[in-house]
Amino acid sequence: MTRPNAQPADRTIGLAGKEMHTMSGHEFVSSYDDASGIDTSTEQTRIGEHTIEEMRGLAARYPDRRSALLPMLHLVQSVDGYLSNAGIKICAEVLGLTTAQVNGVATFYSMYKRRPPGRHHIGVCTTSVCAVLGGDILLEHMEQRLGIHEGETSPDGQFSLERIECNAACDFAPIMMVNWEFMDNMTPEKADELIDRLAAGKPVQSTRGATVVDWKQAERVLAGFDDGRADEGPSAGDASLRGLEIARRNDWHAPDDPGSGSLGEEQK
Amino acid sequence: MTDVLTPVLTENWGTPGSWQLENYRSRGGYAAARKALTEMTAAQVISEVKDAGLRGRGGAGFPTGAKWSFIPRDSPKPTYLVVNCDESEPGTCKDMPLLMASPHTLLEGVIIASYAVNAHQAFIYVRGEVLHIVRRVRKAVEDARAAGFLGTDIFGSGYDLEVVVHAGAGAYICGEETALLDSLEGRRGQPRLRPPFPAVAGLYASPTVVNNAESISAVPAIIRHGAAWYQSMGTERSKGTTIYSLSGHVRNPGQFEAPLGITLRQILELSGGMRQGHHLKFFTPGGSSTPMLTPDYLDVPLDYESVAKSGSILGTKALQCFDETTSVVRTTLRWTEFYKHESCGKCTPCREGSWWLVQTLRNIEAGRGQEGDIEKMLDVCDNTSMKSFCTLADGFVAAITSAIKHFRPEFEAGYHTPAWELFPYEKSALFARPRQVEEVAS
Repeated sequence: MTRPNAQPADRTIGLAGKEMHTMSGHEFVSSYDDASGIDTSTEQTRIGEHTIEEMRGLAARYPDRRSALLPMLHLVQSVDGYLSNAGIKICAEVLGLTTAQVNGVATFYSMYKRRPPGRHHIGVCTTSVCAVLGGDILLEHMEQRLGIHEGETSPDGQFSLERIECNAACDFAPIMMVNWEFMDNMTPEKADELIDRLAAGKPVQSTRGATVVDWKQAERVLAGFDDGRADEGPSAGDASLRGLEIARRNDWHAPDDPGSGSLGEEQK
Repeated sequence: MTDVLTPVLTENWGTPGSWQLENYRSRGGYAAARKALTEMTAAQVISEVKDAGLRGRGGAGFPTGAKWSFIPRDSPKPTYLVVNCDESEPGTCKDMPLLMASPHTLLEGVIIASYAVNAHQAFIYVRGEVLHIVRRVRKAVEDARAAGFLGTDIFGSGYDLEVVVHAGAGAYICGEETALLDSLEGRRGQPRLRPPFPAVAGLYASPTVVNNAESISAVPAIIRHGAAWYQSMGTERSKGTTIYSLSGHVRNPGQFEAPLGITLRQILELSGGMRQGHHLKFFTPGGSSTPMLTPDYLDVPLDYESVAKSGSILGTKALQCFDETTSVVRTTLRWTEFYKHESCGKCTPCREGSWWLVQTLRNIEAGRGQEGDIEKMLDVCDNTSMKSFCTLADGFVAAITSAIKHFRPEFEAGYHTPAWELFPYEKSALFARPRQVEEVAS
């Protein structure tokens, strides 16, 4: 999980013991600050019989039903907008697990949110390449623009912001993600335009993907239910084709295969 | 002599609709799967891949054919093939474009590999934070099934195969093969102690092959053109063609498919070099877990043996290049923060080591380091490396120790001067900070 409050606390620790007051010499710092923001009392959910039936369908895709737990948790988020207490209980019941077992899994993975993220979940990559090329500036700018810190959701529920780790798009750095669609080669200006469009309810096209869907719809696709958008977007981004274009220009290719006579068979 | 660049895996990426079945088939797609299933025995497929010299492209470089041959033939339990598409190593960005542009290349490899190890169920584990790639891979599976390339009696061979596409939920450690298996079983993604190895007791304690996406995707071309053809590319012990990922302060970042053994100097010359007016300061040959190298190593052939000889690891061939404006302390801290965030917490040396190293590096970045901090970090590294179930800790140890080895004075400067004063961060960025942010910050 993202731990919005952990960093400032971490930073106050002095290694030489100067700022430490407790008996052991180690100031106690909880690494689980975000637990405090979770409402553990509510049992509200929008999950009904239909969703439970879909969960059973997911479980049937695997030789062992428990393998469906990750997709099921994505499905809970697609319905309730976050990992609700009721959703966790229902997953446990469907799979014959305890809620503690399900919670143990749910808290391990950063994409599962125990507090509701926004309709548009904005990720800004700040691992080394992205950070250095401008990701740090982008994150600061987004905090400013959205009026929230990373790890938080705007009061109107429209946006949430997350400092994300490397998203396997380093040749497009610095990158942002919107509901897990790529927004490549970002700048503060492009980020502003992106937020403007999302806020105005205008369609946004991922640079290497589909028209951006909202966070809950994205979670439904990740759970295993398609939305028919696979054919949207390009084959590849410019950077992906860089080497290929240089090879074409120079007429470079892999060696010829001397015995390749019969390979067009599948064309028939 | 082979050409400098040899597009095989990337060959169809520029074609409109390259991800669609009909386009893939029109270029001879699935001919290799048909050939394997109808003309070859499983043992012949394994020999072909062994003879080709294909080695794992996910970082470890283990021979793919050998891995397949470890699967017991007499197991009463079913055998599984699991494809690792959890690409998350910082700098690594080759598998995601491959799956986006040509998911059928992977899927054809899955069919051939599953046949070779006698698996009737395969899983493609894709990291969760890449929505459109999940869509493309899942559609490829559906279309292939509709065309009869999956399901029962494929190509009339009597061989059956089902494939499930499984989206992860955000955890770098699930790229480690045993953690991936635990995750696929619906558990926390924590690495397992080995032995037993997955070949003996993997998914559901059954014999399992776990291969990287690029390794599996290389298989159709090998079956199609033969081991001798594949062997004709590459160096003496690092055979074939592979995807190099160039990123950082370069003029033209991107993917470059070349025979193993190309050098970074060659790739930089082809692509236009570092950004205007700047020069290379340091780079990683294969992601953040591989020790960083300096421009002295620009001519090292990027194959498994030569990079190892130069004190690093070929890894995932993720060439992250940083120019002279970059603070090594800053990048090293960022990588270490990444590993701290991604440490699964199971093994104490990794969990605690990453946490303390982040504290020390933050002090050094802020110019608040203290005499002896470097020695302390090296000591923590020594107590962390090779002491856990998996190699995650070895990754941050490699980043930190190589950074100190090549750039020790920068860390010493952190005893009195913040990194952002020595290397103003704005100079490393591609754009300036927007005005209103500056006003608030000052």
